[in-house]
Amino acid sequence: MPDLRFGDAEPTDAERVAVDEVVAGLGAVVVVEGERLVYAGHTRTAERRNLLLPALHAIQRASGWISPGGLDYACRQLEVPPAEAYGVATFYHLFIHEPPESPDVVHVCDDVACRPVGAIRLIDELRDAGHHVKASPCLGQCERGPAVLVQRTGDHDLTVAPGTVDEVAVAISGRTSTASAALSQAGSPDLRLLARVGVADPESIEDYRAHGGYQALDAALAMGPDRVIEEVTTAGLSGRGGAAFPTGVKWRAVADQQGRPRHLVCNADESEPGTFKDRVIMESDPFSLVEAMTIAGFATGAEQGWLYIRGEYPVATHRLRTAIDQARAAGLLGDDVAGSETRFDIDLRIGAGAYICGEETALFNSIEGFRGEPRNKPPFPTTHGLFGEPTAINNVETLVNVLPIMLDGGEAYRATGTERSPGTRLFCLSGRVANPGIYEHEFGITLRGVLEAAGGVVGADEPHAVLLGGAAGFFVRSEQLDLPLTLEDTRAAGVSLGSGVVMVFGEEDDMVDTVRRVAEFFRDESCGQCVPCRVGTIRQEEVLARLRGGATLDDERELLDDLAAVMRDASICGLGQTASGAILSALDLGLLEGSR
Amino acid sequence: MNAVPVADPRPLVELIIDGQAVRVPQGSTILDACRQEGIDTPTLCWAENLTPVNVCRVCIVEVENSRVLVPSCSRGAEDGMVVATDSERVRTSRKMVFELLASSVDLDRADDEVHAWMDHYGCDPGRMGDKADIATVAQPPKVQDDLYVRDYERCILCYKCVEACGEDAQFTFAIATAGRGFGAHISTEFDVSLPDSACVYCGNCIGVCPTGALVFKTEHDMREEGTWNEDAQSVTTTVCTFCGVGCNLELHVQDEQIVKVTSPADHSVTNGHLCIKGRFGWQHAQS
Repeated sequence: MPDLRFGDAEPTDAERVAVDEVVAGLGAVVVVEGERLVYAGHTRTAERRNLLLPALHAIQRASGWISPGGLDYACRQLEVPPAEAYGVATFYHLFIHEPPESPDVVHVCDDVACRPVGAIRLIDELRDAGHHVKASPCLGQCERGPAVLVQRTGDHDLTVAPGTVDEVAVAISGRTSTASAALSQAGSPDLRLLARVGVADPESIEDYRAHGGYQALDAALAMGPDRVIEEVTTAGLSGRGGAAFPTGVKWRAVADQQGRPRHLVCNADESEPGTFKDRVIMESDPFSLVEAMTIAGFATGAEQGWLYIRGEYPVATHRLRTAIDQARAAGLLGDDVAGSETRFDIDLRIGAGAYICGEETALFNSIEGFRGEPRNKPPFPTTHGLFGEPTAINNVETLVNVLPIMLDGGEAYRATGTERSPGTRLFCLSGRVANPGIYEHEFGITLRGVLEAAGGVVGADEPHAVLLGGAAGFFVRSEQLDLPLTLEDTRAAGVSLGSGVVMVFGEEDDMVDTVRRVAEFFRDESCGQCVPCRVGTIRQEEVLARLRGGATLDDERELLDDLAAVMRDASICGLGQTASGAILSALDLGLLEGSR
Repeated sequence: MNAVPVADPRPLVELIIDGQAVRVPQGSTILDACRQEGIDTPTLCWAENLTPVNVCRVCIVEVENSRVLVPSCSRGAEDGMVVATDSERVRTSRKMVFELLASSVDLDRADDEVHAWMDHYGCDPGRMGDKADIATVAQPPKVQDDLYVRDYERCILCYKCVEACGEDAQFTFAIATAGRGFGAHISTEFDVSLPDSACVYCGNCIGVCPTGALVFKTEHDMREEGTWNEDAQSVTTTVCTFCGVGCNLELHVQDEQIVKVTSPADHSVTNGHLCIKGRFGWQHAQS
């Protein structure tokens, strides 16, 4: 008998059905007499425990909360200790641990991009209208805030952006999300990554093919894995998630792990405040990501692909699911990809509200059914990744860059951008610009050029401040407008392109509040595992609250610098290591004095 | 005649620590190497009988060509590594880790070493603000049975109890980390009381707790009464009589009463871990 002890709360019928659907195919747990089933039995970890997160989603959707009966039932089916499952469930913002007050939870983004456009007022208005409202960190709809995510019991979730009381009511009654926004650059011949956005039907594989889809896979299959990696290496493609690691090097390292099961993971947990580029690709050109993942799997020898998308993207999730199903039906995923005798398939996994799960090793833990706590590195994912096996993990934007490389070759790709930053880059424009949205530019364009392409700053010639690279990036001011946006130039200037965020603030914006909100974000999103980040982020937020309350910076600066030092030097992962960068840059630029 | 199998000696790796060449067997951690050289290194979440989780970050050292500091408890020593254990960056981070913990957690019952290290690094947790004005984990102790008290305002979240309850010793999985960020805490499922949880009362979580957050009920009660006095306690080592395994017990006795039972972490049978009988089944000795 298993020696795990379960509770005695009963699931509802709906919870039982929902969990059974998730576990379907694996069958009931079969206990071999004398077998000691602990930790889901190590051999079962990969098989069952990785279904914990999908099971939690199923319970949440069925009941509107993670009930004791539902959780206990999932634990029995998956052989997970209840205390651990509870620890996992309470890790995520989108899981609710009290009986629901209403069938719908209305999450309203009150993060840095949505605050200046009325998010706080909207929260009050929605509450007055009788909704159960929760303030949320960035929902990734920054070009059209204030953003709303409606989490529904027994139904799919909805995105409403920009949100108003009326639009939320319309969306709920019609069960439909706001349509994807149009692209400002639509129709431009210079587009390489966004060429199909708004042009091809995102729910039709035929239309994708009619617009050049799956030619890159054909080219890759003809080249063979080694040549694919060579071309990606020649192209000089680097990761677009923020760390800019050379993609070819990563793929080579995984491909070299011959004889071991390998994985290809797409990191679509885009949660950096101000970032929405991956959402636009996944909503409007989902097949391109499926095709690019297939090529990456082929190149690295990974037979299993995992697409981990943040839980706040219901439209993108629906379209990706449709795309994966259609690709499978067309023989482009499965045991014999496009007749090449290569096996590759994609499992879509959905996050549940945790920025930290965008950190690659936290993402692995999340898929595996553990808390999304980052692992210490080394070892690195190329040798010890998902399930401890060799794993190539790439961001959405990184992966779709592989398509033009396959079609035109690495040399042609390298001819764009700059010598050390080849290719194009997606920029997420939000805040005080005339035409917020996603833009594709060659590396090397200046910040001024990026702002001009978006119609310029609203109500002023120059921005008061720009948050470059996201909350984990830095604030810059008008002196940096002629900074060429490349990896090398931003690094030399002590800033970072991060995830391509360009969030523009005007004189009218409350920078003290903005910076305090950045600090709140990191405090809220810290996983809590290591001391520097768990306690450091809350102390940092407290200092900024004191500054807002009238404390003088001189009295607090030494403490802020020490907090920054310990978080940067001693945190386990990038969250803590970058949690003070934007805040210190705002102080150094004098942004807080100017606004007070 | 019985042959005694002797493993092949492990090859040595050579690294530089604080300017001195150090040779340690392959597979050693930087912490092992430091200890071999007599370089004192603070640890909180590390224990010799548990898998390193490297979460407290107080053992960090500076390794040449590493962008960030590395936890010495879990980073393997490598040939040619150049390590600094007392650089400005290391001192700042260690001091801050202690200050951050002391500003949020009650460390008054932590091991003496903790206080010695805080003095060593000149810690001043008060500069984080008055405890009444800043976030702390202050809360009343959980007294739910006659054996344990869980006093989580003393918890530094070192994960040792979770490890001991789970894969490193007991395989019971009654407790885990729940919540997130500063709200992360050790909990049973839905915070049910220990008697309603999977807990088997082995007390191995108490055995590894470094800060007095998990204690015997006897110790908790005596501290409340003001009668707990470690200077007046003797420790007698004996062997548990409940079964034939041969677990060493250390009986802590004050005023001719057993007040606590431990087992040495380096004991080959227990690795410091016991079961409910060895840990708590001593009432008959006093009747």
